[in-house]
Amino acid sequence: MSLIEKDTLLFHGADWDFGAIQRVYDAIQQIAIDELGLDVYPNQIEVITAEQMLDAYASIGMPLFYKHWSFGKRFATHEAGYRQGLMGLAYEIVINSNPCISYIMEENTATMQTLVIAHAAFGHNHFFKNNYLFKEWTDADGILDYLQFAKSYIARCEERHGQNAVEKVLDAAHALMSHGVHRYPRKKRPDLRSEERRERERQIHREQTFNDLWRTVPSKGGAPKVALSDERRRALLELPQENILYFLEKSAPRLQPWQREILRIVRQIAQYFYPQRQTKVMNEGCATYCHYRIMTRLHETGQISDGAFFEFLQSHTNVTRQPEYDDPHYGGINPYALGFGMMQDIERICTRPTAEDRDWFPDIAGCDDAMGVLRNVWANYRDESFISQYLSPHLMRQWRLFHLVDDPDHPELVIEAIHDERGYRRLRRSLSRQYDVGWTDPDIQVVDVDLAGDRRLILHHHVLNRTLLHKDDAQRVLQMIANLWGYDVVLKEVEAATGAIFQEHVAHPHETLF
Amino acid sequence: MYIIDRRLNPGGKSLANRQRFLRRAKAQIQRAVRQTAGDRDITDLERGGEVSIPADGVREPSFRRSGEGGINDHILPGNKRFVEGDTIDRPPGGGGGGSSAGNSGEGEDDFRFALSREEFLDLFLEDLELPDLAKRRLATVEVQGMRRAGYSVTGSPVNLALLRSMRNALSRRIAMRRPKPSEIAKLKEEIALLEQEGESERILELRQELEKLNLRARRFPYIDPVDLRYRRFEPVSRPVAQAVMFCLMDVSGSMTEHMKDLAKRFYMLLYIFLTRRYKHVEIVFIRHTHEAKEVDEDTFFHSPETGGTVVSSALREMQRIVTERYPPENWNIYAAQASDGDNSPNDGATSAALLRDVILPACQYYAYLEVGSDHDRMQAGFINHKTALWQTYESLQDDGLNIAMRKVNHRREIYPVFRELFRRRDAEARAP
Repeated sequence: MSLIEKDTLLFHGADWDFGAIQRVYDAIQQIAIDELGLDVYPNQIEVITAEQMLDAYASIGMPLFYKHWSFGKRFATHEAGYRQGLMGLAYEIVINSNPCISYIMEENTATMQTLVIAHAAFGHNHFFKNNYLFKEWTDADGILDYLQFAKSYIARCEERHGQNAVEKVLDAAHALMSHGVHRYPRKKRPDLRSEERRERERQIHREQTFNDLWRTVPSKGGAPKVALSDERRRALLELPQENILYFLEKSAPRLQPWQREILRIVRQIAQYFYPQRQTKVMNEGCATYCHYRIMTRLHETGQISDGAFFEFLQSHTNVTRQPEYDDPHYGGINPYALGFGMMQDIERICTRPTAEDRDWFPDIAGCDDAMGVLRNVWANYRDESFISQYLSPHLMRQWRLFHLVDDPDHPELVIEAIHDERGYRRLRRSLSRQYDVGWTDPDIQVVDVDLAGDRRLILHHHVLNRTLLHKDDAQRVLQMIANLWGYDVVLKEVEAATGAIFQEHVAHPHETLF
Repeated sequence: MYIIDRRLNPGGKSLANRQRFLRRAKAQIQRAVRQTAGDRDITDLERGGEVSIPADGVREPSFRRSGEGGINDHILPGNKRFVEGDTIDRPPGGGGGGSSAGNSGEGEDDFRFALSREEFLDLFLEDLELPDLAKRRLATVEVQGMRRAGYSVTGSPVNLALLRSMRNALSRRIAMRRPKPSEIAKLKEEIALLEQEGESERILELRQELEKLNLRARRFPYIDPVDLRYRRFEPVSRPVAQAVMFCLMDVSGSMTEHMKDLAKRFYMLLYIFLTRRYKHVEIVFIRHTHEAKEVDEDTFFHSPETGGTVVSSALREMQRIVTERYPPENWNIYAAQASDGDNSPNDGATSAALLRDVILPACQYYAYLEVGSDHDRMQAGFINHKTALWQTYESLQDDGLNIAMRKVNHRREIYPVFRELFRRRDAEARAP
């Protein structure tokens, strides 16, 4: 008995070597592809040290990135936390690229490496490759090359224009990063590979068509100005525009070409990360569900020992723990817990439905093909739509969810809904809304500017629930916009329904940027 | 699937970012470092460590909703007793509701992070400089070293500059129109072809040409002794990077623990400072009552001693040690004396003479630190009381000799005094 068991084990004890990783990978691959039907990019697994992990943290997990002080700041925070033992490091980092790169730490035990490979190299990888948002918005083939280009381009700019000048543009661009994404699909799929070439072509075109003579041609004083209608003027500038970085890149009158290119780089990167912000629960849920299935299967087939399985369970339960609201550890809803809970719940509905489930989910209840349903879910939903579709009454009861409303006009807080018949739908709707970035990010748009007139840029913040912008921060960011724009900028906080203006921020440009 | 071992890749990828960050927040970090240094035990100084700066300077603003005002929704897990329509009193402190509120207060906190020892000391000791005395140049001894200095046409084979030699050879071959191997090969090929066809006249012509080319290739070799270049080294003299630091202290009964502590702090600062500037720093501890003795550090600071006070005894001891072990032409000598200012009345002239004739000429820098007790300050304010030793040294200073003197009463004054003594000259010039 024990002899047989020894033969099937992939590794013994806590130590690992590269042979063990290869064996583990092959075993996992067999389960993931053949049994779970996952569809993944080719994998590249990189073993790194804790220090390198800290480095990777600092640059938002990317293997290479341009230089900026804010990454140094992030590094300093992480390092301080890590050294004091306040914070453990993640076991892995995975990058949405083709091939899909997963970093695993050398300190991990063999069991943890197995878990990490199942979680990142298969779970996340499948999600990256199949989810519609990632397909629509990111270009996994080109991202690493693009980052390389961005890094060298910005380094070149620093050489030519000085670190300070570049830093100012980058600071402003970073501040606007959350408002530098297109939320609706445009005509073209992103193609980061060609970005470098296009930058070069723009430059060459400018050089070729440059003719100093134009400067000397006397202008016809007071040529009849074509009076554009306001409508037409806005349409030409693609206004209103919620992608502020895009607008500045294309229309800011006083920016140098290299400054525009830097805005473009930051914008492209923001766009690349945009799907990750919208799929946190699903992405982690998918990876956690996959690693749970795979590890369980490995244990069932006798490929990992009982001890290793317990070690896995211990770390798995830690990750998927959801403290209750009155727990001192409570820090919001844990996306791992919610995602994993919902995935498991879907599996339950497919295989062991109750009458309630048949009522709520007639199309999947009892269909018995849990993986098929899940693969479909992973491909076609984001957090908001996923929760509003698949959060079941069963899970709401299990979590004992309730909805609390804090209205400053009321003297007290009100429980709006709880986990009962009357509350399920409302609860589900409010929770899903909290994962809608269109709802959680303030809605700020460039609404108008008269380029032929005073060039005063007008932005509107459409206030939701009477929550205004953080005043100090808004003023700082507005100052940065003004510096890029080169003329005055006004931000009005407007209530969408009534058009009432709550507040107005104004910023005048500092001349120093140019 | 590929497994790549990246562990051996060079670390410190974030170093450039970190430097940018430090540069950006420099003013604030420097202030924090100074403050930390004031609070901290001097022995801790060398370790670097955590500082916190106001988050304001390194804030990364973005458009975000403020935490206050407006209607806030919270979906919370773990309901135990609420039913729909229940109301809860607002938790004190206003703001949000439930325990999930208040996650927006992050912006106002101080930003804490750790500085490495190097970074800490760099910031700590910035714009300090060793006193740039005329004498220093005399005392700075030079050793011979070698330095790269271009190329030469002669040299030993190990110093052959391959790249430069080959470049020379290439340019010579081009200048001399040495036939390329490919040209010769082509010609041979052509001859072989013609031989097959049997055309004689043309072959003869080509063979002649081939011979000419071969001859030329032999005459102008691929590489020639004239091409060779060697890396040249020339001797340079480098200043000696070693220093010795003499700590002189009065340990007679009148020196309290508090005074010794002040002195110790000053010595520590000086030591740290010297180790930044010199590769090798030695310390000599000399304590004295009415007689002086070289001791180790622990005895120096901690072992009690009784007796009178004769400063010249310590100076003599120092003179002895200097002549025995630290010839001034090989060592940069720094001395710092700490005392409460007592001296036996008939010793003043002896000490002054010793300093003037022997000690000061040998030293780069001589600092006298007069330590007082904590409550001395008031007293000093009322009657400008000058101690015996202070008067002696002041007369030396009046004679134009270079001796730095300061009086310190409290721990927090140590660092400012130290800074003042070692402030960079141009910084002083700039200051009003």
